Amino acid sequence: MIKHLLSMDQLGPEDITKILDTAESLRQVTARPIKKLPTLRGRTVCNLFYEASTRTRISFELAAKRLSADVINFSADSKSSVAKGESFKDTAWTLEAMGVDAIIVRHGSSGAPLQLSRWVKASVLNAGDGQHEHPTQALLDLFSIRERFKDLNGLKVAIVGDVAHSRVARSNVKGFVTMGAEVTLVGPPTLVPPEAAQWGAKISTSLDDVIGELDVCYLLRVQKERQAEQLFPSNREYAALWGLDSRRVARMKPEALVMHPGPMNRGVEIAADVSELPRSIVLDQVANGLAVRMSLLYLMLGGRAEEVETQS
Amino acid sequence: MTDYLITKGRLVDPASGRDEVADVLVRDRVVAGIGAGLDAGGAELVDASGCVVAPGLVDMHTHVREPGREDEETIATASAGAAAGGYTAICAMPNTDPVADTASVAEKVWALGREAGLVQVVPAGALSKGLEGRLMADIGEMYGSPAAVRLFTDDGHGVQSSLFARRAMEYLRGFGAVYAEHCEDEALTAGGQMNESALSHALGLRGIPAAAEELMAARDVALCRLTGCRLHLLHVSTTGTIAIVRRAKEEGLPLTAEATPHHFSLSEELLEGYDPLAKVNPPLRGEADKEAVIAGLADGTIDVIATDHAPHALEEKDREIEFAPPGLIGLETALALTLTELVGPGRLSMAAAVSCLSTAPAQILGLPGQGAIIEGAPANLVVIDPGAEWTVDPGAFQSKSVNTPFAGRKLTGRARAVFFAGTLTAAAGKPVHGALL
Repeated sequence: MIKHLLSMDQLGPEDITKILDTAESLRQVTARPIKKLPTLRGRTVCNLFYEASTRTRISFELAAKRLSADVINFSADSKSSVAKGESFKDTAWTLEAMGVDAIIVRHGSSGAPLQLSRWVKASVLNAGDGQHEHPTQALLDLFSIRERFKDLNGLKVAIVGDVAHSRVARSNVKGFVTMGAEVTLVGPPTLVPPEAAQWGAKISTSLDDVIGELDVCYLLRVQKERQAEQLFPSNREYAALWGLDSRRVARMKPEALVMHPGPMNRGVEIAADVSELPRSIVLDQVANGLAVRMSLLYLMLGGRAEEVETQS
Repeated sequence: MTDYLITKGRLVDPASGRDEVADVLVRDRVVAGIGAGLDAGGAELVDASGCVVAPGLVDMHTHVREPGREDEETIATASAGAAAGGYTAICAMPNTDPVADTASVAEKVWALGREAGLVQVVPAGALSKGLEGRLMADIGEMYGSPAAVRLFTDDGHGVQSSLFARRAMEYLRGFGAVYAEHCEDEALTAGGQMNESALSHALGLRGIPAAAEELMAARDVALCRLTGCRLHLLHVSTTGTIAIVRRAKEEGLPLTAEATPHHFSLSEELLEGYDPLAKVNPPLRGEADKEAVIAGLADGTIDVIATDHAPHALEEKDREIEFAPPGLIGLETALALTLTELVGPGRLSMAAAVSCLSTAPAQILGLPGQGAIIEGAPANLVVIDPGAEWTVDPGAFQSKSVNTPFAGRKLTGRARAVFFAGTLTAAAGKPVHGALL
């Protein structure tokens, strides 16, 4: 298994399948009355979060605890740590000196996890870096799709919205393409740059053109600052052209899924009623995040896939 | 005062058109004779067989960091690095703290340069007070001071206001001084970390589009036409900018342009590992742009090779790329990169290289004792060993900073001996002790 998880570029189809299979086994554990495995007893995992995050940090923390690791949390604001306080490198060395085995890092600056991996002996897991990647999100999304469709090969997936500034989009395109899905990136050119065609995806400016043939419609969150930057005229126009509302859902294939990495802006990229349809699997995504992160910690920190059976 | 007879070297002096084997006699600080079989008359012999004897190099673009950031570089350490790199003159950029926007700061820089005594330190003046692009700096007073400032720039920033740029050019034309621009439309580059390209999108780093440089270059060419002011474009880096310069020169406008060694030696691929040492402004561009820079140097569109030597403290560079300041040091690698990347492979003749590194910048800056080998003029000379192989070791640099992406690179060609006003200031990449005037 890889030492660090920095980018979905590192994972081929077999690696992804192994991670998802292991996640499936580990998920059985979380259904039991005593939801803990002793695998990582005596190991220390640090959540190093330079950006506010609730769901990802909690998910990683719980995943580590379910595997009996000791967990420490370190939160700082990357912008304010520029002006005052300890440098990123000093923090890395401090954690190293304390003997942590894995560092789960979220950082507003693209490439920060890669830099961190050069400074420490611990395993580094990228929990989202700037506008670069968010590989565990991609893995939990692959897991969630696989639950419904068994095989991703040949599935038609659209990722809709602010691809240009989204780390989720970059990781998910790579994950989907690696597993054989056909990906279309949908949005205005201010949000979907033509260069993204080099990621192995098609590009469309029209959601209406593609909605009828999709197996998965993956909606990205519209960040408030994008409208302030005038990348599109208004939330109202965004919703009208690229939002998923019941009118568009009516044109989707019956079994097609709606996904969102959260948190959702209801009424902008997704209509409130659509978010509550059975085809919307947003909460499954959250639940599956725990199993996938357990799987990664398990595999990367020394557990072997076959041990899950004997321990459970 | 030691006299020198530099023998059997290939004398390359684009100013006079000389390119021949000749001896050069240095006596009483001046070039006392040029020719074959000169009588040493007690002068120390310097065997230059196999070497090129050229006018001392002139760097139009050095950030000396003094006053203000003496932890990163001082005028003395920049001078030592320059001498080691083959230079006899450097032009100190005004973005110090305080900014060189008054005669007193410019004079201080000039005086500290004389005190260091290893190269001629020529201060550039700011165009605007505090480099803010709003109020004019004390241009006339800097021009008239002992520092004799002839080139004015807000380098580090482009002048965002077209009206301010026009006024500054009109005012400078009255002095015959040079308006030098760092071409960057900052509305298009906010938050930019690297060249905007497929790679920047893949890395999730905000891009700096070529258009941001080209817009300001095109504007300045239009204002140059309008005002008649001499215009110098700093560190041009894109195919489009070079095309704009080429057309403007065909039109006969009074403009010149420079390019840096890193823009003809490196491309944006170096950013793939998010290495802050490769972060520089303007950014390293794509292969096609790099080729355009080389073609621009080869056809004379780009007049000058300038370092944009930008020392930074290690702790400021060794961090998240987004928070690391842009810039890299270049005084001690520029000559070798020019020889290795351009002259060696036949992209640029030795004479053209000497012109870009010495003759042209001396002419643009108006330095009479530099950029030419003339009998009776101060002996500012460099003896270049074009075959010397060496490996870049930032730890061995004279510069106080080590931020270079070239560490470990094997280069061919080096300054073997450097004479500033007739004094041996450096030999084999090291300053000569006791050379202080």
